[in-house]
Amino acid sequence: MPEPMGFYTDTTVCIGCKACEVACKEWNQLPSTNGGVNTLSGDSYDNTRRLDGIHWRHVKFIEQFTDDRKDGRWLLMSDVCKHCVQAPCLEVCPTGAIVRTEFDTVVIQSDACNGCRDCISACPFGVIEINPVSGTAQKCTLCYDRMQGGFEPACSKACPTNSIQFGTISELKGRAQKRVEQLHQVGEKRAYLYGADEKMLGGLNSFYLLVDKPEVYGLPPDPKMPTRNLTSGTMFSFLGALLVGLIGIFNFRNRGAAEREEARL
Amino acid sequence: MNGIPSSTFFSAPPDWGWLIVLYFFFGGLAGGCYFLASLIDLVGRPEDRPLARLGYYIAFPCVIVSALLLILDLTRPLRFWHMLIESNTFQPMFKFWSPMSVGAWALLIFGIFAFICFLAALVEDNQLAWPAGRKFCPPGTLSKVIAMVGGLFGFYVAGYTGVLLAVTNRPIWSDTPLLGMLFIVSAASISAASMILFARRYRWTMPGLAALHRVDAWVIALEFVVLIAVMISLGPVFRAWFSAWGLLLFFGVIVIGMLIPLALYWRRQWLGDRNVITAAALVLIGGFILRLVIVFSAQGV
Repeated sequence: MPEPMGFYTDTTVCIGCKACEVACKEWNQLPSTNGGVNTLSGDSYDNTRRLDGIHWRHVKFIEQFTDDRKDGRWLLMSDVCKHCVQAPCLEVCPTGAIVRTEFDTVVIQSDACNGCRDCISACPFGVIEINPVSGTAQKCTLCYDRMQGGFEPACSKACPTNSIQFGTISELKGRAQKRVEQLHQVGEKRAYLYGADEKMLGGLNSFYLLVDKPEVYGLPPDPKMPTRNLTSGTMFSFLGALLVGLIGIFNFRNRGAAEREEARL
Repeated sequence: MNGIPSSTFFSAPPDWGWLIVLYFFFGGLAGGCYFLASLIDLVGRPEDRPLARLGYYIAFPCVIVSALLLILDLTRPLRFWHMLIESNTFQPMFKFWSPMSVGAWALLIFGIFAFICFLAALVEDNQLAWPAGRKFCPPGTLSKVIAMVGGLFGFYVAGYTGVLLAVTNRPIWSDTPLLGMLFIVSAASISAASMILFARRYRWTMPGLAALHRVDAWVIALEFVVLIAVMISLGPVFRAWFSAWGLLLFFGVIVIGMLIPLALYWRRQWLGDRNVITAAALVLIGGFILRLVIVFSAQGV
């Protein structure tokens, strides 16, 4: 059994080149949007817009500038599936199409998925979408096919600044922790790791170094498992059934004997 | 990006649209009509049996429609059986913690019960020559067992969809644990309403029909309470309904689907003969709008 593998993304060194997006599309043979006709989003340099069935990497451009644009900064972040240790998508998938691999990553088997889209609403990060070509739900596989051959994923291989780093989770965590300490020492006190500890969905096997609140990057501050509502939802449904049942029994029951008794009196 | 009321606002909409709204409606009718019919069979008067048969006549076609709607909604419809049999191993596919997985099995099993009761009703009405079918008609023990077990599956089919929505990470859906309860109570109200409408058409006057009117009124009142509880339990997420969907919920569901029908059931003389029919029709419309608002409003945010 190999060690758990994943990504550590240091957003402070991302330059927004989108080499990861291109490498991902090339390796995974993902089709272009809109038949290759370019449409601009009007949102900074981001024309990918979001992760979906044909975009498994998405570089986010967050512009933080004062109104006169004299002061400010860019936040750049290459977003991807988080390969959660407790994965909401895997938890709800009713066909068994979503599996955990020997590398502790989460993969959707396209030949088993029937496109019910339960996983799309279960993912707290909005990672999964239907790929219009296959008609199935798709997302980053952490290049499962490359890993089986002993290669690193296409995106991290292509990343020119080492913003995206691939390796064993234990090694990546150590590296990330050192980087946070280094940033704190040089004055960037806002640096912290998102998803590196087990509190968030058992740990994200793709975790991030961020320098602002998660929601600024479009990440949920407190992602949870969908089944948190299973017990309470079921109990309240039982209560509803019980109340409806009692209303029904009370009104439908054969009160013949009692009514005759009343009539006699 | 400040002031986001819940971490659920970062998930993506699954594009469950009109087919799912229709499924929630017909699935609710199927489960609701079956469990009302089974209650009449279990505790009602013998002269109310035609009303129970009516429930089974509505339930079975609605199960078939439900299954077709669900299959059509898949982006790979021919793979619908992957919900029941794991396609790689051909082993049964079942996850008790995934409402969609349990729901697929429940719909299949409930469909079998609905089919048996549908056939038994046809036999009793002399529409089907199948002597053995009499075994499934009351007052036999077998019919009681079928009504009881099938009724429980009916409740499940009517309510699991609300739990399914709660077991996601979408805003509204997963921000309250009460949608399953709301759907069960609403299924009872729309089912009673549809049975009342058909019974009117046949000009029936059995005592069970008056009981059904009372059931519908009580259940609508309960549904009103549950809907208010849903709104309160949403907390800050309730702001997501400060939209056209919220207006539709207020006027379409609360006013048209609950308050006016309740007033009509209470003041029988208002519309004379048409009083009960109008109330029942409005309950059906309100039940449909309820599902429409819940399915679509959580995907627009």
